[in-house]
Amino acid sequence: MSAVAGPVVEVAGASVSRGGQRVLHDVDLRIEPGELVALLGANGSGKSTLLRAVVGVLPLETGTTRLLGRPVSQGPAHDRLGYVPQDSAEAGSIPATARETVASGLLGARRWWPSARDPRVDAALEAVGMADLAGRPVTRMSGGQRRRVMIARALVRDPELLVLDEPFSGVDLPTQDLIAGLFRDLSARGTTLLVVLHETGPLTGDIRRAVVLDHGRVIHDGAESDRPRLDPGHGHPEDAAPLDECLGQEIHPA
Amino acid sequence: MISMLDILTSDLLRYPLIIAVLIGLTAPVVGTYLVQKRLSLLGDGLGHVALTGVAVGWLVGAWLAATPADLLAIPGALAASVIGAVLIEYVREISHTSRDVALAILFYGGIAGGVVIIQLAGGTSQNLMGYLFGSLSTVTRLDTVIALVLAVVVLAIGVGLSGLLAAVTADEEFARASGLPVRLVNVLIAVMAALTVTLSMRIVGALMVSALMIVPVAAAQHLVVGFTRTMRTAMVIAVLCAVGGLLITVYVDLPPGGVIVLLTIGVYVAGLIVRSVRGARRTTPVGGPGPAAAGSAPLPARGASHP
Repeated sequence: MSAVAGPVVEVAGASVSRGGQRVLHDVDLRIEPGELVALLGANGSGKSTLLRAVVGVLPLETGTTRLLGRPVSQGPAHDRLGYVPQDSAEAGSIPATARETVASGLLGARRWWPSARDPRVDAALEAVGMADLAGRPVTRMSGGQRRRVMIARALVRDPELLVLDEPFSGVDLPTQDLIAGLFRDLSARGTTLLVVLHETGPLTGDIRRAVVLDHGRVIHDGAESDRPRLDPGHGHPEDAAPLDECLGQEIHPA
Repeated sequence: MISMLDILTSDLLRYPLIIAVLIGLTAPVVGTYLVQKRLSLLGDGLGHVALTGVAVGWLVGAWLAATPADLLAIPGALAASVIGAVLIEYVREISHTSRDVALAILFYGGIAGGVVIIQLAGGTSQNLMGYLFGSLSTVTRLDTVIALVLAVVVLAIGVGLSGLLAAVTADEEFARASGLPVRLVNVLIAVMAALTVTLSMRIVGALMVSALMIVPVAAAQHLVVGFTRTMRTAMVIAVLCAVGGLLITVYVDLPPGGVIVLLTIGVYVAGLIVRSVRGARRTTPVGGPGPAAAGSAPLPARGASHP
């Protein structure tokens, strides 16, 4: 079970502007320990922006964010957070191996010396089925393999809160099932998960709570089964993502 | 014929040799992070700024009637390049779109400031030639001591904190979310680049110092995989090229900076050929274990590492 007594994530009145344009409007979000929450919405609806604000990567224009009981600007909370950003490929041009990449997940505000030989690194790679490729540069991996390495990098920290931005993006179906199974195990062990998704996909049935964003505003926060869906005629009956792409279409509760 | 014993016992050659080893050790360490951050030209920009520092040092030296006239040239270069490094990092942070412009202004402003200020100090742009292209005859004991101190600082940070620096340069967003001191790391890397430029400019020259940071790293990438192995291999390549190039100029009257850089480019080309031959001999499958291979091990135990 989680060691956190209060909410794991507490966002109040959060607004974010980028390039002079407001992309997140007065968002409130509260996530309790052990919850598995899906953050859904169209492209450009503000999902990734909200996620990045939650983990402290983007500064808020207004409002506050607390992570594991502390203001997000304070270091200690970050040691208990696992984060998988949207872009799975590392940004650098020198190809680090999977083992080096995962070892970097052991670093924290006060831990500056990771060891690629730490047994937790191998355990995390094993958990995502990448132990055999530990010595391979991540840039020479397929998109799905890179995604698994990035998830291992987040898992190696043994996080109490796991925040993932589209973990199934560019991943084949068998790997999606693998990752979904991993999330189920983590959730069963009390880890809190906040996952940005285009569609619930392999996690359908596991997600009880969905938060839907549209144009930077929360338009639904509640049971996944009650979330707004597009007109089935649109061709994406299970996908809340195209809300933004289908402006003018009627949105109605399922 | 000059023997190895002559080289090791003569101050004129021993000091440059010591500095060449220090350059070979430090330049690729900094270069690895610059390549990773896609800031390969930062060293070039700082080299130009260091020229302004040389000229300012000369101006102050003339004002203080220092002997020799360029006594304060290297301290001036050190101050100017550190200020330039911090400035460029600040500009990079506040404006992601004008990085190239900021670097260009560093290039042009640095070299222009150098030639104007050296004239004000009573010298000519010819006095800057040794700093632009490197020279053995200008290396002093003080230069060697300064280079040694700078190299110790660069290696202590660049190798001692390699895990932290590599993590931040590889994925800044993940580093921020992990609570790592991203701004501090970026400033440290910029300052390390400035220190390396200063310690290298006497021998390699301000115009070519960046090549010793970048080319050995690029060559190493052809030969090995992984961040740490790339850095170590680049250090070996750079030390061999710096010492080898210097020894060549002892016997043949050639500018050391140019010879050293040409040697590193030679190694880069050789690495390219080696990689091509390796690639032709074996094709590396992209595929690996599929999802079926996963999940055999339990998840890492919870709680052991939490504060």
